[in-house]
Amino acid sequence: MIIIGAGPAGMTAAVYTARKKLDTLLISYDVGGQVLWTTTIENYMGYQFIEGSELIQKFEQQVRQFPSDVKIRIGQRAESVSRIDGGFEIRSDKGETYQAKAVIFATGKRSRQLNVPGEKKLLGRGVTYCAICDGPLFAGEKVAVIGGGNSALEAAESMIKIAQQVYLISLTPLTGDQILIDKVTGASNLAIFLEHEVLGIEGESRVEGMKIRDLKSKQERELRVNGLVPNSGAIKGLTSLNRLGEVEVNCANETDVPGLFAAGDVTNVPEKQIVVAAGEGAKAALQAHRYLQRLK
Amino acid sequence: MTREVKIYTTPTCPYCKMAKKFLADNGVEYQEFNVAEDKAAREEMIRKCHSLGVPTICFDNEVLVGFNEAQLREKLGL
Repeated sequence: MIIIGAGPAGMTAAVYTARKKLDTLLISYDVGGQVLWTTTIENYMGYQFIEGSELIQKFEQQVRQFPSDVKIRIGQRAESVSRIDGGFEIRSDKGETYQAKAVIFATGKRSRQLNVPGEKKLLGRGVTYCAICDGPLFAGEKVAVIGGGNSALEAAESMIKIAQQVYLISLTPLTGDQILIDKVTGASNLAIFLEHEVLGIEGESRVEGMKIRDLKSKQERELRVNGLVPNSGAIKGLTSLNRLGEVEVNCANETDVPGLFAAGDVTNVPEKQIVVAAGEGAKAALQAHRYLQRLK
Repeated sequence: MTREVKIYTTPTCPYCKMAKKFLADNGVEYQEFNVAEDKAAREEMIRKCHSLGVPTICFDNEVLVGFNEAQLREKLGL
């Protein structure tokens, strides 16, 4: 059994496959995925409050309890998954190949680029996809956060504490949790632009401003900002994908390829939550175990 | 000659931790600057490295922004 991805879905799946005594290999570029970018978590049961990095440490410790059943390869990306006789072959970016009878694909999600002029040029020069990494660099400055979901709201929440002015720009009405919306909307240094799109990011050696447009009135507006945090998006999978690029799975986490399962944020399961991803990882592991039992 | 490696970080940045662990695991000595607190270091990072993102890793004439293990390994000749 090979599990690709060591976020909440992949690590939960690993604990379940270990407990079923399946010979498991867990491959991932990093441990934790998007949870590493999350400052505070208040909706994972068992913890009223926990830091993202601390929760991931606990997940990792739990997986590492089973050294004989779960082998872990961190620092490797699975570049391709192909079908071979009797299962699958995974090729990593380190040139290693691994074979398994069943695969759980749990590579998660990452920030999507806005694909607007100026974004690539100014990446690392005021454009960032990791608010908890780079946010402190913009203390006392004007910043814009792009997005309306939980990640964008969390970025806005951390930035209103340190920035002079925060603009929150969303294509849609705010879609994050009400508790987060309540935390940010009263802030005196936050201005929210709903149903606005970003047209471009301006600046030569660093971000100096941006142009946005009201989706309804088509009115354009320029904002002077020093930093920018785009959020939300999905990565491509390997089997049937929906229009968002998410792996399509049924309620038992099966893809349309027998033996290939998927779990967590990389799938079409609508709620992108740590607790949901962990539950989906457990489901995928149990279904994969059933699949392997049937092969015997 | 010992190579001077500087890494600019913030305490909350997970990729900074990964980069530091990589350098330490490979026996690369480095000087760390917390740019969330150290304004002079932040200015140096912006002025010398033209970077506003962490981790920024500077050595010789190289400036690497973000943690890309393959790139870091190649540039450091590891």
